[in-house]
Amino acid sequence: MAGEGDKERSGWTRWLVVAIPYAWLLIFFLVPFVIVVKISVSTPLIGQPPYTPTFDITGGIAGLFASARQLVVDNYIFLTKDALYWKSYLSSLWIAVTSTFLVLLFSYPIAYGMARAPRAWQPSLLMLIILPFWTSFLIRVYAWIGILKKEGFLNQLLMWLHIIHEPLTILNTNWAVYIGIVYSYMPFMILPLYAALERLDGTLLEAASDLGCPPTRSFWQITFPLSLPGVIAGSFLVFIPVTGEFVIPDLLGGHTTLMIGKTLWDEFFSNRDWPLASAVAVVLLILLVVPIVIFQNQEQKRLERES
Amino acid sequence: MRTFSRFNVASVTLGLAFLYAPILLLVIYSFNESKLVTVWGGWSTRWYGALLQDEAMLDAAWTTLRLALISASVATVLGTMAAVALVRFGRFKGRSLFSGMIYAPLVMPDVITGLSLLLLFVALGVARGFWTIVLAHITFSMCYVAIVIQSRLSTFDRSLEEAAQDLGCRPFKTFLVITLPIILPAVVAGWMLGFTLSLDDLVIASFTTGPGATTLPMKIYSQVRLGVTPEVNAVCTILIALVATGVVIASIVSRRRELERQRAERLAAAMP
Repeated sequence: MAGEGDKERSGWTRWLVVAIPYAWLLIFFLVPFVIVVKISVSTPLIGQPPYTPTFDITGGIAGLFASARQLVVDNYIFLTKDALYWKSYLSSLWIAVTSTFLVLLFSYPIAYGMARAPRAWQPSLLMLIILPFWTSFLIRVYAWIGILKKEGFLNQLLMWLHIIHEPLTILNTNWAVYIGIVYSYMPFMILPLYAALERLDGTLLEAASDLGCPPTRSFWQITFPLSLPGVIAGSFLVFIPVTGEFVIPDLLGGHTTLMIGKTLWDEFFSNRDWPLASAVAVVLLILLVVPIVIFQNQEQKRLERES
Repeated sequence: MRTFSRFNVASVTLGLAFLYAPILLLVIYSFNESKLVTVWGGWSTRWYGALLQDEAMLDAAWTTLRLALISASVATVLGTMAAVALVRFGRFKGRSLFSGMIYAPLVMPDVITGLSLLLLFVALGVARGFWTIVLAHITFSMCYVAIVIQSRLSTFDRSLEEAAQDLGCRPFKTFLVITLPIILPAVVAGWMLGFTLSLDDLVIASFTTGPGATTLPMKIYSQVRLGVTPEVNAVCTILIALVATGVVIASIVSRRRELERQRAERLAAAMP
């Protein structure tokens, strides 16, 4: 029999189960963003840490007001003045949009084929798609350097097949970045697509074909619209992280590859301008806030549908 | 109408070939005798030998292993709590902020997470090094763990828990005796995911580290920037082999458990 004491104790455990992870995420996820915003409006300083705090409590309320009035938005003004930054943002968004489309284009036939495979094979196929995702991202990107470089495997193969006579320059161009992104992010697209296509009711297609609908038309009228939740989920899973991607443009891209993740990294590690790096991060976050919120709402709805 | 047409076979085969060819090339060329990474010079394990002599590399590997073990374990505990809170506690106050903080790290670019955590550690005046990376890794891993366990919990038959509680079992004990064994495969999968995420991370570790703590991805990255070397191929091959073995064993075990469960269910259904 559960007495009063037990009930009280269980309420207490219940409170702890929420409070501990909640507090953890507040401290290590939410508070850091507030600090980033705060430092993005401070001035750089040579020293450790290399910035001067904007808000100084020692000045009292009046001091706070004074510093708030001349809030250093210089970093943000600098971001708009120097072409490097807005070009980086635009080029990141462009690369992210294009590569999301490319990932979708290449993943769809694979996910479709998997969903049509014999039932008994499907767990193994799924496993084969997930397995590379478990191996290191850095290693998978690194593997492409050996393939794409001038004397690399791809050029060797193409020359051996007599398709080309001069080695192609692919590494350190945007082409290499696209190849790297498609390769690394494909599993993120295939899995939600497969989940949507696998649920597809085959009788709908059968009915369409019985009524004389050609396969291409039934694909665009039935299969594709029904797989849209998978397309949307996969696109967000690719688009958002790719916009801030660092490893791929750094290792596969060249001097002309502008991506904001790399700009932020250089600003931080090479120029040691922490406030400016923070301002870059804040603007990137503002760009991504809308897609992130949409993604969360979609995921929540999906979860509620499932349970 | 489930037709596995020639087109479907081709697209799945080509897709898998595209996914595996780069990894296979890397593994094969780690056994290359030649120092030139793209010219085959015969089979050799000399680069693995060279690896054993490389103290800095071994040091980084040990750091990474400890880091992944600690952060995955703590993240599994926190992530399980978060999943239970999300699935079982209904609409508590601040729930949408909570679930937002669980989902956001999944898609948040690493550079933002890394920079913001570093600035937190600087603001708190914490000495940066191994333990700050641990804190950073726990934070993103627990979100992945929470999501893996959450999807298992939401398809869970609650009548077993209710039965236990009706018989006077306390909630905490019910969780340990009934819930945990049932969701255990998801917990193990979450732990493994956290472990590999930590093993894998370059960007967040680079931001949050301090003097003296170099992880394996950081070490690999600094060598990769100088070009492709057979030694790096050898390290990568070892990592791939470790992770692949772990994942394959785990999936075989979980499939066997699943088959046993199905057999038990069939037996139970056949009983008069």
